[in-house]
Amino acid sequence: MMGKPIATTRSATGIPTGRLAVWWLLASEIVIFGGVLASYIIHRIGHPEFGDYAAHTNQHIGFFNTCVLLISSYFAVRAHHCAETGDGKGAAKWLYYTVGGAVMFLCVKSVEWTIEISHGYTITANAFWSFYYTAAGIHASHVIAGAIVMLWVASYAKKGKELQRVEYVGLYWHFVDLVWIFLFPLLYIAK
Amino acid sequence: MSDAHHDDHAHGPEHYTRIAGILIALATASWIGPMIGDQFGLRWLTMISAFGIALVKAWLVIKHFMHLNVEKRYVNYMLITALAFMVLFFAGVAPDVMNHRGRQWENVAAQAEVKRALAEAAAGGGHHGDHGGGHDGHEGGSHEHGGHEHGGEHGH
Amino acid sequence: MAHPITEQQAPHGHADAHHDDHHHEQSFWSKYVFSVDHKIIGMQYMFTGMFMAIIGGFFAYAFRMQLAFPGMSVPGWGHVSPAEYNSLVTNHGTIMIFWVAMPVLIAAFGNFLIPLMLGCDDMVFPRLNRLSYQIFLLSAIVLLASFVVENGGFGGAWTAYPPLSAKAEYSLTPLGSTLWVIAVALEFVAFLMGGINFITTMMNSRAPGMKMWDIPVVVWMIVLASILFMLSVGPLIAGAIMLLFDQTIGTGFFDPARGGDPVLWQHLFWFFGHPEVYVVLLPAIGIVCEIVPIFARKKLFAYKTVLFTAFATGVLSFFVWAHHQFIAGIDPRMANVFTVTTVMISVPLAEMMFVIVATLYGGQITLSVPMLWALSFIGEFIIGGITGIFLGASGSDIYFHDTYFVLAHFHYTFFPIAIIGVYAGLTHWYPKMFGRMLNETLGKIHFWGTIIPFNMIFIPLFLLGLAGQHRRIWSYVNFPELASPEMQNLRVFATVSLVIMLLFQLVFIFNFFWSLTRGKKAGRNPYNANTLEWVAPSPPGHGNFAEMPTVYRGPYEYSRPDRDEDFWPQNVPAESSSS
Repeated sequence: MMGKPIATTRSATGIPTGRLAVWWLLASEIVIFGGVLASYIIHRIGHPEFGDYAAHTNQHIGFFNTCVLLISSYFAVRAHHCAETGDGKGAAKWLYYTVGGAVMFLCVKSVEWTIEISHGYTITANAFWSFYYTAAGIHASHVIAGAIVMLWVASYAKKGKELQRVEYVGLYWHFVDLVWIFLFPLLYIAK
Repeated sequence: MSDAHHDDHAHGPEHYTRIAGILIALATASWIGPMIGDQFGLRWLTMISAFGIALVKAWLVIKHFMHLNVEKRYVNYMLITALAFMVLFFAGVAPDVMNHRGRQWENVAAQAEVKRALAEAAAGGGHHGDHGGGHDGHEGGSHEHGGHEHGGEHGH
Repeated sequence: MAHPITEQQAPHGHADAHHDDHHHEQSFWSKYVFSVDHKIIGMQYMFTGMFMAIIGGFFAYAFRMQLAFPGMSVPGWGHVSPAEYNSLVTNHGTIMIFWVAMPVLIAAFGNFLIPLMLGCDDMVFPRLNRLSYQIFLLSAIVLLASFVVENGGFGGAWTAYPPLSAKAEYSLTPLGSTLWVIAVALEFVAFLMGGINFITTMMNSRAPGMKMWDIPVVVWMIVLASILFMLSVGPLIAGAIMLLFDQTIGTGFFDPARGGDPVLWQHLFWFFGHPEVYVVLLPAIGIVCEIVPIFARKKLFAYKTVLFTAFATGVLSFFVWAHHQFIAGIDPRMANVFTVTTVMISVPLAEMMFVIVATLYGGQITLSVPMLWALSFIGEFIIGGITGIFLGASGSDIYFHDTYFVLAHFHYTFFPIAIIGVYAGLTHWYPKMFGRMLNETLGKIHFWGTIIPFNMIFIPLFLLGLAGQHRRIWSYVNFPELASPEMQNLRVFATVSLVIMLLFQLVFIFNFFWSLTRGKKAGRNPYNANTLEWVAPSPPGHGNFAEMPTVYRGPYEYSRPDRDEDFWPQNVPAESSSS
């Protein structure tokens, strides 16, 4: 590798390039989730029967997963705090905790889905369940992607390298958390 | 490395722990609130505890975890623009897709599906069976082609 | 100055295996195939786009021959069955927009020009850039694969309206339509990555001294287009996932009998689809805005106005999407709103055209090949713009919708964008890309051989559309009111013109490859132009600039009365002005 080009080291806006790119990434994610959620809300309001279908979701599991993501977000911000003070080992440690939260979230999610599918609420059951699995599935794929990137960032942070990336991946992780904050009431509570 | 973050150096881990505690408390409220709301038929309580608290949680995460308040102003505008376009999308689509009847058009297939599903829910009180409700409508429905049936003004 | 940075390898040791060596020892594979250099990636996008253009053009030839001579065995293709016809039309549209206009106008020119024009050595994320091309290439391969799978390629039109696209029993291409959706979704991902790269590069990596209003228009336009793309494509990515599930798993997102709605797809599609027109239009206008001042030796008229109108176009483009759906069953009250916004958006576009014409006024115009392309862009695009007003008004659209009038209209917009704009840019920056000049005579033959047949193709199609000829019909023989000899003659005329136009493209291909080795050496700045890419050697080496430039002024300071030379490069300090 030829090292970083001069272009990467410049910062005409005053925002580090990586962070600026993450903000743009999040803007593009807002419209992706926005498209799914807008479509869902339109159907939710237009179809009163969705309320009956939504009654079969398990809001206790949803609440538990909300807490898991909120706490993992807290871990991510602790990792950022360590990175800011130059503590690469600490940053990596907190990132691993965050990944642990992601894994916990996915495990709970798979148990939840298994229960629902075994009760006959599959993705093809009706439009509500289609939206339920699609929206949560797109979110879960972001959880997986975030966990992989965090492991990658942590492997550098451990050696004290590329500590700025801890913040960037943290921003992404907070966004994933934010999406879930809205998915939870939309999918579980709105009955 | 992040020069725009002078304010945050004042924030120690305790600050983040406090925010996380508040977030968990809020999440608990948004969990218990709807249960009380559903129990006593207080729909407003369900709605406020679900979506009102979600907004507060989002604001806390954005401000204290993502530090958007100390980021350059235009990053806020950028993200708000993305969000505003989604509101626009909703506003443009809702008149057609959310409604099943409008000026000189009627979405017969969607109306039939709503009617069928509500009747089924009233009869069965929610089908716990091993099949989803939609298949009935799909097999029995006469509107496979779907679409909006529309009249006069569109010269059909 | 470039060297100290390239020595900073140690802290960033996440090296790919094939990049361990220094750049002058790179193998063929790491230099041309797995390169992270923005110029090479730009070329990769360009050649992939041109290859896809040949396929798209060949598809057009095959289905036009079927329309002109129904039932004949088309030379080079064979008999065109109805299913093949649908697939050809669908994929001609898909390829020309997503695999030609987007990669060449935005990705190729964006990759090549943005770092050069901003005075930096590469994109801010070179490896993300490479990944973006690789995903794009994969998407192209998936699309090409969809043509040869069982039952053939997807034939439900490039807009992919359900239920035709969602259910195999209607589309009859179970695998083809799924591959089509996957290819399009992959392509979006590639351009999202590329777009983030373009935007952050422009925002953060400008040369020292280059202020917001010193950035060349084409860079602004490509970046604005990337932003438009990024903000509009999200709902369609969501929609593509939903459509994919409808196709493969059997969900009912777009089936009203199961609680979905097919009109939702149309909204998801056109919420992206209409801004997409401006995504490809803005870079084309940017290219024209670069060429016209150079060959008119005049400052671009109202630089900031161009940018503000481009910005206004971008914002307005989000408010017009439902004008594609006037007869799809949307509420007539919404149609009123969208008619007004659609007519409004012609104002900023007209303003941009006026700005270019005003730049010409009083200039010393040289009718070189790039200038001819740039001027023809204005002329042809105005025809497309004006015919659009008839379609934007919901009243007249009820008659015109889905006729060849629509088809001719959008070819009068997309041809100037994707073909004229690309040729303008290619002929203009060819010396910078390859270090040699293109042959002017061959270039002019190619120009006239393209422009004249182009009008001869689509003016008859306007007439056919006015006569009521409907789109997406395999053969008009069975429609007595559309099968009259007069109408058939127009179809034959258009098809013959298409063949002539396609043959003239061989002149360009010959010129392109002949000039690579035989062309006149270009030198750094063959046009006496101001922008920073002309400061670098032709072709620019690794790191682009021997010494990273500093910028002192805007990009269009031509024919200043207070200077002897009629140009004033952006990087020349004011002290050494009178040379």
